[in-house]
Amino acid sequence: MVYDALIGPFTEFEFMRRALAAVIALSLAGAPIGVFLMLRRMSLVGDAMAHAILPGAAVGFLLSGLNLFAMTAGGLIAGFAVAILAGVVARSTGLKEDASLATFYLASLALGVTIVSIKGTNIDLLHVLFGNILAMDDQTLLVVAFNATVTLLVLAVIYRPLVIESVDPLFLRTVSRAGGPAHLAFLALVVINLVNGFQALGTLLAVGLMILPAGIARFWSRDLTAMICIAVVAAAVSGYAGLVLSFQTRVPSGPAIILVATVLYVVSVLFGRVGGIVRQLFPGRHLEA
Amino acid sequence: MAALHFHNVTLGYDRHPAVHHLNGEVARGALVAVIGPNGAGKSTLLRGIVGILKPLDGSIHLGGLDARDIAYLPQSAEIDRSFPISVFDFVGTGLWRDAGLFGGIGKAARDKILRAIASVGLNGFENRPIGTLSGGQMQRVLFARVLLQDASLIVLDEPFNAIDSKTTADLLALVKHWHGEGRTVLAALHDMEMVRNHFSETLVLARGPVAWGATAEVLTPENLMVAMRMCEAFDDTAAACAADDISSRAA
Repeated sequence: MVYDALIGPFTEFEFMRRALAAVIALSLAGAPIGVFLMLRRMSLVGDAMAHAILPGAAVGFLLSGLNLFAMTAGGLIAGFAVAILAGVVARSTGLKEDASLATFYLASLALGVTIVSIKGTNIDLLHVLFGNILAMDDQTLLVVAFNATVTLLVLAVIYRPLVIESVDPLFLRTVSRAGGPAHLAFLALVVINLVNGFQALGTLLAVGLMILPAGIARFWSRDLTAMICIAVVAAAVSGYAGLVLSFQTRVPSGPAIILVATVLYVVSVLFGRVGGIVRQLFPGRHLEA
Repeated sequence: MAALHFHNVTLGYDRHPAVHHLNGEVARGALVAVIGPNGAGKSTLLRGIVGILKPLDGSIHLGGLDARDIAYLPQSAEIDRSFPISVFDFVGTGLWRDAGLFGGIGKAARDKILRAIASVGLNGFENRPIGTLSGGQMQRVLFARVLLQDASLIVLDEPFNAIDSKTTADLLALVKHWHGEGRTVLAALHDMEMVRNHFSETLVLARGPVAWGATAEVLTPENLMVAMRMCEAFDDTAAACAADDISSRAA
């Protein structure tokens, strides 16, 4: 019974195995990016970027129909364009990055919805907005896995400057010029992972598997490495449980994954070791030193 | 040979000068206090020296030093202490010059970091997140990182602000130790007694140089009065600076 409910769907159906492999790849790459987004106070920047990739995906759709490669390429181009323009404007004018990004992503979102509504149907728009991880074929899965691999490799390269720039940007500027390139590379990784998540969760929820696990991790550790590990595990568990929930109840898979992550987040807010509500209400006896 | 040479330097923001037309030299091994009221341009000048801010006009020469031979201690308000990083890792960033992007932190490097932390009296704090430290402890951590950088020019931005007398005494001893080793030290300060007693040279700033020289000669009531009268606000209707034309013609 338990086996049938929790494991059976994955042994029985290939599309479920592909979906599980995809959410694990998304978790491995997206969750660490989400941790840095949160620690750099850029959580809503991720959300804005998710909207910014829409026109590129729409152009890909117009050119090639529901071809995920074309839509991915379009999304990457649109996302990079918005990320780089917003980053360049922020760094060269002193305008805060969130304000700069808000301008570009709104323009991008308006353009994307216009393109889809002129040429597409409501069903196309729903696919773009909410994705469908259960419809993932082998080629798309390979793209997701490739993007996740690239993300982890690039993150390893920019890890040090990214950490130092997050905590003490002035110091980094005195010892290295790596801060600017690292920041732009990080924005590029955000885009890559949004496009990755976009296949599975759609543009509106893609950022969910990045930010919610990061928020969960914040309630369980004060150490960066531990936070990244917790975020990856939380994302993978949410992905697995969301798929099972979707399979058993016919709830759409993307929202099911995000809803499971939300439940984990609420549990963390209540019972988390670091700043959880229950811990604050009942802190235990104070220590001697 | 001078460690620093200012040639008609103007530093500022959005064309408004925060430090106007500074000329002069800092000798190698000097111990210089930079004083002035809030908004006088002290931090701006230090940011110009370490290369964070480009001059609007004029130039700053580092006397043959590589930019990486400079250690900079920023004001602690510039640091995001909510970031989950331990004292050990934060101090360890001082090894950037050796480790860079990929260099390993081996046993020798780890020992260096531990020694630097011990030197500022923070034994046992290695694994503490910086967000849990007091203001004085954080200042000690910043000094430990400077120590690790092993730089010939040390630039300190208000290093003794809001810390107790014991911590101030300990860190001041470290500054004097660096001076004794022949390193050049510049520090933006507010405590006149400390400047008078411990710093041989002083630059009085008030959005421009008021006086610069031996502390005993520079730290006069007249100079301090001139500095206090400084106008902090930028003038949005100000014309382009005529002195720039004069200096560029002279050059």
